[in-house]
Amino acid sequence: MNNLTKVGWVTVMGMIALAILPPYFLLTGQAFYMDLATRLVILGIAAVSLNLILGFGGMVSFGHAAFIGLGAYAVGIPSYHATWGGFDLIASYNGLLHLVLALGVSALFALITGAISLRTKGVYFIMITMAFGQMAFFLFQSLDVYNGDDGLTIDVRSELPFINLDSPMQLYGLSYISLVIAMLLVKTIVNSRFGMVLQGAKGNNERMVTLGYNTYLYRLAAYVISGVMCGYAGFLLGNFTTFISPDMMHWTRSGELMFMVILGGAATAFGPVLGSSVFILVEEILSSFTIFWHLPFGLMLIGVVLFIRGGLMGLFKGKGK
Amino acid sequence: MAPLLNINGLCKSFGGVIATDDVNLDVQKGEIHAIIGPNGAGKTTLIAQLSGALRPDAGTVTLNGSDITHKPAYARAKLGITRSFQITSLVMGMTVIDNVALAVQANDGHSFKFIKPARKIHRIRDKAMKSLEKVGLNTRANDLVSALSHGEHRQMEIAVALASEAELMLLDEPMAGLGAAESAKLVDFLTGLKGQRTILLIEHDMDAVFALADRISVLVYGRIIATGLPSEIRANKAVRHAYLGEE
Repeated sequence: MNNLTKVGWVTVMGMIALAILPPYFLLTGQAFYMDLATRLVILGIAAVSLNLILGFGGMVSFGHAAFIGLGAYAVGIPSYHATWGGFDLIASYNGLLHLVLALGVSALFALITGAISLRTKGVYFIMITMAFGQMAFFLFQSLDVYNGDDGLTIDVRSELPFINLDSPMQLYGLSYISLVIAMLLVKTIVNSRFGMVLQGAKGNNERMVTLGYNTYLYRLAAYVISGVMCGYAGFLLGNFTTFISPDMMHWTRSGELMFMVILGGAATAFGPVLGSSVFILVEEILSSFTIFWHLPFGLMLIGVVLFIRGGLMGLFKGKGK
Repeated sequence: MAPLLNINGLCKSFGGVIATDDVNLDVQKGEIHAIIGPNGAGKTTLIAQLSGALRPDAGTVTLNGSDITHKPAYARAKLGITRSFQITSLVMGMTVIDNVALAVQANDGHSFKFIKPARKIHRIRDKAMKSLEKVGLNTRANDLVSALSHGEHRQMEIAVALASEAELMLLDEPMAGLGAAESAKLVDFLTGLKGQRTILLIEHDMDAVFALADRISVLVYGRIIATGLPSEIRANKAVRHAYLGEE
């Protein structure tokens, strides 16, 4: 264990805590904390997916919440039609269908919006991804069939083999394992040849093009991978909250995701998870004291960005990296 | 013998400024061809059009007999052109060896490979290390690029160009900002490359140019006013007048 760095220790301890504490709370009758943990783990997956393109790829996507919404509606819409009729093609409670829809629609949305957005860079990329996110938001807001603005209640959760998502423990278990897999996936990708090109293009795109890399295609591939992962998080979130609304895709949600990544530490394995944990816990604690919790919350966030280089994970970085 | 690189009637202007004015130039395989000219003569603009960073308004660029005028930059690199930058252009947040390995990896098939750790592919790492050894930076392989000195950055630019195994190296002022001793070392090093690589060299350091070049072209206001052996260029009246500022 001596070769584990401080950052490595924090990661391992954090993940162990997430594995043990929430089930403990549930078993001791404090279901509220289990709820909180499920939400932060699911948003952790979304933040991990965003970190792939934001932290390692330098692509500041301000529309990532759209994928959460798409994944959640991929559960809500088929489930709605299975209950109330219509749209026979997808009307079903089958979780595997929901999953395929969530991942497929996210991939398609990422491919189309990414292909256009990645023609721009810098602040224009931020603006155009935000615009695409808002397009998804307004689209679902205008769909009266699914209650538009008021949102949609999911009466029946996705039915999966072996797993019962109605059980908070099993839903948490699935979310936790998914988070671990998402983290390992991003770590593997980042260290692969693909990942090296992605990070090279973040540091110096002109150099990478000169070396013979068509960086546009590499970035687009990363964008699609990230979008699909985030769509998966949406699939889980829909099943968790059983209430979905266009609000999930609003640009402020994208901003929150971005903040989780930066707060925890971009381009680190555990940073996004730490970010989503701290974000949700602090939000919860502050809002129990005062309805004006946004103010101290905002000040804290500004403080972290100003004074801690590399986010909260930066605190644990020793001399030897 | 057909030239490795042929530039024919190349023109480029920015608004009213003519940066490249009907440039014709052949670069033979294996030679070091230097381009000299006063500041603002359009040397870097010319390199940018050869590497694909800029598109010419008119004219053609031919590499090994195939027209590459409209090929994007990444495709030209695949066909065997690499360039170094006048202002150091490396991936600062990465280590020295990672930077050079990226140049090797570019010639090792496509990089849509997601599983195997890139740093464990010995074929690539070994080649990168060899390039670093050639320029004498192997001891700094695991340092961040941002931690290196200016002189070391210049050496790295060469290492990256070497590692890319391009047939034609476009070197944009490789000596820029180097001290006399470092420059001399680099001249020795490039001399050692003669015959192995073809080099189109842009350089202000006249001692280096006359020590290295097989042929020299003189660029003034976007036009090539003379091309010839170093001795011919030294003796050319028009060159002396336009460039060396002598009567």
